[in-house]
Amino acid sequence: MSEFVQETKGQLLRWLIHLWREPFSMAFNLVNPVILLIFMGGAFQALARDSTGGDYRAYLLPGILALTAFGNSMAGGIPLLFDKENGFLLRLMTAPISRASILISRFLAVNLNTILQCLIILALGLLFGIHIATGIGGVFTLLLISLLLGFGVTVISLILAFVVHGHGDFFAILGITSLPLTFLSSAFVPLDSLPGWMRLLAQVNPMTYAVNGMRALILSGWDIGLLLRIVVVLLVFDGLVFWLGSRILGRHLT
Amino acid sequence: MSIPIVRIHNLRKSYGPTTALDGVSVEVQEGKIFGLLGPNGTGKTTMVKVLTTLVRPDEGEVKVSGIDVLRDPVSVRRLIGYVPQELTVDPYLTAREHMRYYADLYHLSPAIQEARTRELLTLVGLAGQEDRRVRQFSGGMKKKLDLACGLIHQPPLILLDEPSLGLDVQVRRDVWNYIQKLKQQGTTVFLCTNYMDEAERLCDEVAIIDRGRIAVMGTPAALRSQLKRDLVSVEIASSNEDHGTTLAALEKALSRLKIVKGTTKDGARLKVYVESNEVALPQILQSAANLAIPLRAVTYSRPGLDEVFLHHTGHSFIEEDETHE
Repeated sequence: MSEFVQETKGQLLRWLIHLWREPFSMAFNLVNPVILLIFMGGAFQALARDSTGGDYRAYLLPGILALTAFGNSMAGGIPLLFDKENGFLLRLMTAPISRASILISRFLAVNLNTILQCLIILALGLLFGIHIATGIGGVFTLLLISLLLGFGVTVISLILAFVVHGHGDFFAILGITSLPLTFLSSAFVPLDSLPGWMRLLAQVNPMTYAVNGMRALILSGWDIGLLLRIVVVLLVFDGLVFWLGSRILGRHLT
Repeated sequence: MSIPIVRIHNLRKSYGPTTALDGVSVEVQEGKIFGLLGPNGTGKTTMVKVLTTLVRPDEGEVKVSGIDVLRDPVSVRRLIGYVPQELTVDPYLTAREHMRYYADLYHLSPAIQEARTRELLTLVGLAGQEDRRVRQFSGGMKKKLDLACGLIHQPPLILLDEPSLGLDVQVRRDVWNYIQKLKQQGTTVFLCTNYMDEAERLCDEVAIIDRGRIAVMGTPAALRSQLKRDLVSVEIASSNEDHGTTLAALEKALSRLKIVKGTTKDGARLKVYVESNEVALPQILQSAANLAIPLRAVTYSRPGLDEVFLHHTGHSFIEEDETHE
């Protein structure tokens, strides 16, 4: 057990050094969310007042948090893909380590990064005068929901790192998922205002649930029943993906 | 005799229709530098990947210190260090951070980590560079760090895949010194190379691999002497017009000598293949003197491993060597 902790810690440290020395990679993921929060929030403020009842930026913030968590998690497998491509991973595999430590260390690094990015977005929101109805406890719950969304997506990304042919494919997948899936959720507009086919897709999108939970925390207050329902949905999503991941990754990492 | 540190018996591995290894058997004794010599794409890397537990053999038995790579891969991993052909250093980390990274993978205590880091970085000539990021390192420095990382856990067996590929002369010499130091410390070195001179210079034993099979195996000296073919090159001192007839006369005379195995003409030079330089040289000089043929130069050489390769595989080393990467 202590060996497992040491090997995971060693690998996690490497990822944290990357994060520390390459802050631009974080900025890359934050570009879209920040642009949306500042400009889309500003542009649709007046237009959206009637349908969203008040501050559109506050209405948008949960969607932006979900997009941030989703985008960062979805990109989380890329460094492993590079390690795979340049031989680093093969060398790692000749060490007497548990294969799980490779995935767990990356998983932890990605989700720590998600927390940091979500905090940056939240700080930006506060700067724009967004008031969070549930206070500091709400902030923690917002982070928790972002993470519950990010967990499953990170695993999807780790799976992709091992099954795609190269990083070109990976970036293509990345490009056609994050933003479109955000639009196919309740991130920017109420679910009811989406056209039928979009609403249908949005209802099976875990992002919709994360956004709905976070929106309640920011705009109205504690709705424990709603939050529990959402946490259960996200846990089911995570559980399914973890199950799938352990089957696929087990095959690729022997 | 003690059990060999590496024992490979009848190893076969195919990738789809391509046969990478076609019944390879090799034994490496502890404390030796073993060279696997062959052009690219002949199965060297596959063999290393089987030994490092990265690839499962289709057939055959592969053991490291008596431990089967299929039955107990984790124990095998503890016994081996592996430095792949391509650079695997991380540009964002410093040299010291690399050492700590690998030390954690091999579960070393902090005190041992620190001592080994100092010792190994000094060994490869990176003392004083511990805290620089690898991004700023030259190619040679990166390779040296890569080599140091492979030793952090003091493995009894280290596998080096093309350790001097693409390095300049000075760094290459440093890497060779490093490999020799490893041997002095008692580490067994399994070296894959497509450089004849590297194998000749470093290895206690060489196996020449060709198209997935071991063509021949032995000490470099034994392999050379098996050929029984030294080369004497005689250059005549004459003007262009008449060297043809002069050479023909000399060739005719030399062919009658018992010690001469064959001759070929090469401009003003005659290449004479003989069993042994020492015996042949005086006789060749005597024959030239008898015919009153003035000589400009006489040189002789021993066959290299490239001639050994040619002899055992029936084709030359270079033509098989595809452009690399």
